[in-house]
Amino acid sequence: MYTINTATEIADKIFEFWIDAPQVARNARAGQFLILRIDEKGERVPLTISAVDGDAVRVVFMAVGKTTEHLATLQAGDTLADVVGPLGKPSEIREYGTCCLVGGGAGIACTPIIARELKAAGNHVIGIIGSRNADLLILEDEMREVCDELFITTDDGSKGFHGYAADVLKRELDHRTIDAVWIIGPAIMMKVTSAATLPYGVKTFVSLNPIMVDGTGMCGSCRVTVGGETKFACVDGPEFDAHQVDFAELMQRQRIYTDQEKLAAEKFAEHVCRCGEGGHCHE
Amino acid sequence: MSDRPAATRVHDFAEVDQGLTAEEAIAEAARCLQCKKPLCVGGCPVCIDIPAFIAEVAEGNFAEAARLVKEQNMLPAICGRVCPQETQCEGVCILGKKETPIRIGALERFVADWERESGATLPEVAAPTGRRVAVVGSGPAGITAAADLARAGHAVTVYESLHEAGGVLTYGIPSFRMPKDVVKAEIEQVVRMGAEIKKNYLVGRSLPAEELLAYDAVFLATGAGLPSFMGIPGENLPGVYSANEFLTRVNLMHAEKFPAFDTPVKHAARVAVIGGGNVAMDAARVARRLGAKVFLIYRRREEDMPARLAEVHHAKEEGIEFLTCTNPVGIIGDAAVTGLECVKMSMCSLDASGRPSPEPETGSEFTLDVDMVIQAIGTSPNPLLVSLIPGLERGRKGNVVVDEDGRTSIPHVFAGGDIATGAATVIEAMGSAKKAAAGINRMLREA
Ligand SMILES: Cc1cc2nc3c(=O)[nH]c(=O)nc-3n(C[C@H](O)[C@H](O)[C@H](O)COP(=O)(O)OP(=O)(O)OC[C@H]3O[C@@H](n4cnc5c(N)ncnc54)[C@H](O)[C@@H]3O)c2cc1C
Ligand SMILES: Cc1cc2nc3c(=O)[nH]c(=O)nc-3n(C[C@H](O)[C@H](O)[C@H](O)COP(=O)(O)OP(=O)(O)OC[C@H]3O[C@@H](n4cnc5c(N)ncnc54)[C@H](O)[C@@H]3O)c2cc1C
Ligand code: SF4
Ligand code: SF4
Ligand code: FES
Repeated sequence: MYTINTATEIADKIFEFWIDAPQVARNARAGQFLILRIDEKGERVPLTISAVDGDAVRVVFMAVGKTTEHLATLQAGDTLADVVGPLGKPSEIREYGTCCLVGGGAGIACTPIIARELKAAGNHVIGIIGSRNADLLILEDEMREVCDELFITTDDGSKGFHGYAADVLKRELDHRTIDAVWIIGPAIMMKVTSAATLPYGVKTFVSLNPIMVDGTGMCGSCRVTVGGETKFACVDGPEFDAHQVDFAELMQRQRIYTDQEKLAAEKFAEHVCRCGEGGHCHE
Repeated sequence: MSDRPAATRVHDFAEVDQGLTAEEAIAEAARCLQCKKPLCVGGCPVCIDIPAFIAEVAEGNFAEAARLVKEQNMLPAICGRVCPQETQCEGVCILGKKETPIRIGALERFVADWERESGATLPEVAAPTGRRVAVVGSGPAGITAAADLARAGHAVTVYESLHEAGGVLTYGIPSFRMPKDVVKAEIEQVVRMGAEIKKNYLVGRSLPAEELLAYDAVFLATGAGLPSFMGIPGENLPGVYSANEFLTRVNLMHAEKFPAFDTPVKHAARVAVIGGGNVAMDAARVARRLGAKVFLIYRRREEDMPARLAEVHHAKEEGIEFLTCTNPVGIIGDAAVTGLECVKMSMCSLDASGRPSPEPETGSEFTLDVDMVIQAIGTSPNPLLVSLIPGLERGRKGNVVVDEDGRTSIPHVFAGGDIATGAATVIEAMGSAKKAAAGINRMLREA
């Protein structure tokens, strides 16, 4: 059993949990993820490790379907059946010179831990974080503290630059040298934003989020095509060279279970209203 | 045979083979000739004293029979069910020359099931030695080594990356062949003997390699879990699975009970399973139970299939259609699979292994109308941990190289099971684990 130390809604439908998981926390590096399972009937769900403090790890997730909605109903003191990690390869941290971290939506959650390690390795770190509107922007203070420069974008202009992170990234690439870029967010955002760095020939990493089961390289559910080769994102990634990734295939594979996911979410919503226990009665 | 009828069993995941009754077991045991030089024992990789335990069964002394079996094999209810007996103990039983061999596997299973239902007794455990041994992986190799090491008095910690112990027995072999309560109960006995199992530990990540190597001895039993894909076009389409993924979703995550359980699996009307081993049979029979019409595509002839005979037979009874001498060349579809392109193969000259090598026949291409494809063409040793241990010698196929005693190129690190041999069988994994455990015991005694 793994105890949730704190559970906070930090923006609409976006939650920050600190979970006690010593074997994960003690060994986690930037770019790695964990897999958790809520209870005996639960699915194995991958979430990026967003920060570490002693024996606890932080995850930040968006409630988008059955499992994340269920997770959102849990509170400090509740327990999870399983947490395994850290999984995946750590980010390629070294001294590049100037690095830029681009986070979109819930993907912003993955950026501070990478920013911290890049900074510690002697890089000048620029952050660009974007969301649909000001209310959905997360971890702004933390990113401001860890980055040398921080830019904010919102799709509706309610805060910072009115537009997309890709626009700000292009603007910066136009007037200075950036040596490495990380882009983390929804698949479509990573696709579009990494297209922006291609003409500049900048090393660009994206953190891929295909559907996973074991997360240890045993099933191939997470396979992605990178540079024309099949890779297992859970062990060969999750970070890959953005310009080699077949995003169309990734997005197609993310939709495999759309119908079933809808059914599960509907059933869960119904269940929550009926028992009035907010998902705490498990039958 | 004691099988449930195919027409009912394809609608559930309950065990197919119902096992022997006490009367049947006694009668079968009475047939044994009690050979002075029993060939059967030589056919068993863990050297169970087969005539001795069978003699006890014939007398109705089931508890004593169980004790004798467990001297050599802590997982008898498992082996009795899944060993390829026709090529092991039963294959060499002297009675097989003239009539039918003794059903050694069925008797072993009977004894183990009887003991589980009437309360198992544990083998004696030696006084603590103060030595710490780490076992990585809780499949048949890891559990077997843990049992022998715990029995010798060492403090044993088994690390398992998944949330359940058992390896392939838990995530791979379906419950209609290997009921999960049987696996749990046999593993539980090893825990009661003092071995600790730490789940959710991916060694190499959750426990760094240096910390692993700090144990007095290490046994690597991480299996051959890496699924191979054929490398044909269309392989990453939604609806194309590795057998490992398909079986894990069902066996480990209970996707057949979705949405009561959260993990989904695709339900298809027509499924092609590629392969001819136990894994292919299992995938085909699971797909059948999820309601599909299932085709099994194998590039050689039926007699060349490596699967256990019983499983080929069961699969056919359940309506799986076999397309042999057929090789897939491409998967077609757009957002979903719509067909499998195949070519017929003819059997030509013998290859290095003495089997005829299949060659495509020109102009024999055809498309099979299916909406799901499951590839069960093999797996290779798990690379993750072994690639993180500096100085660990590996063979060409990624397997860990070991000597007679199961020792690797690092003196206090041993390995066994599929990680050392490549994908093999439960009983071979256990046999190599026993050797390695004996090697570790010797090393720790001498040190
Ligand atoms: C390496 C990795 C890191 C991730 N990190 C984060 C994170 O830090 N924060 C966050 O909010 N989300 C993260 N995700 C995505 C998160 O795992 C999914 O949102 C979650 O699994 C959805 O489950 P659900 O039941 O709530 O929704 P569902 O309704 O089941 O699915 C919604 C969408 O999530 C995706 N998804 C579903 N099941 C899985 C699965 N088993 N594995 C991966 N994706 C799945 C599918 O594309 C689906 O369309 C990460 C995914 C990966 C692979
Ligand atoms: C579907 C299927 C059907 C089969 N049917 C039969 C049959 O009928 N008869 C038969 O004899 N054989 C059968 N086999 C083969 C048999 O199951 C294997 O040969 C046997 O399980 C190998 O045992 P093992 O202990 O070496 O490895 P596994 O059973 O593979 O166990 C390895 C374990 O190690 C864990 N692990 C891996 N890496 C790490 C790590 N870094 N840290 C922690 N844990 C780790 C894995 O999660 C796994 O639980 C079948 C195999 C499959 C896949
Ligand atoms: S363990 Fe397997 S090979 Fe040995 S006697 Fe039992 S069934 Fe036969
Ligand atoms: S070889 Fe056959 S008949 Fe002889 S002891 Fe073994 S099981 Fe009995
Ligand atoms: S999630 Fe199973 S191999 Fe990556």
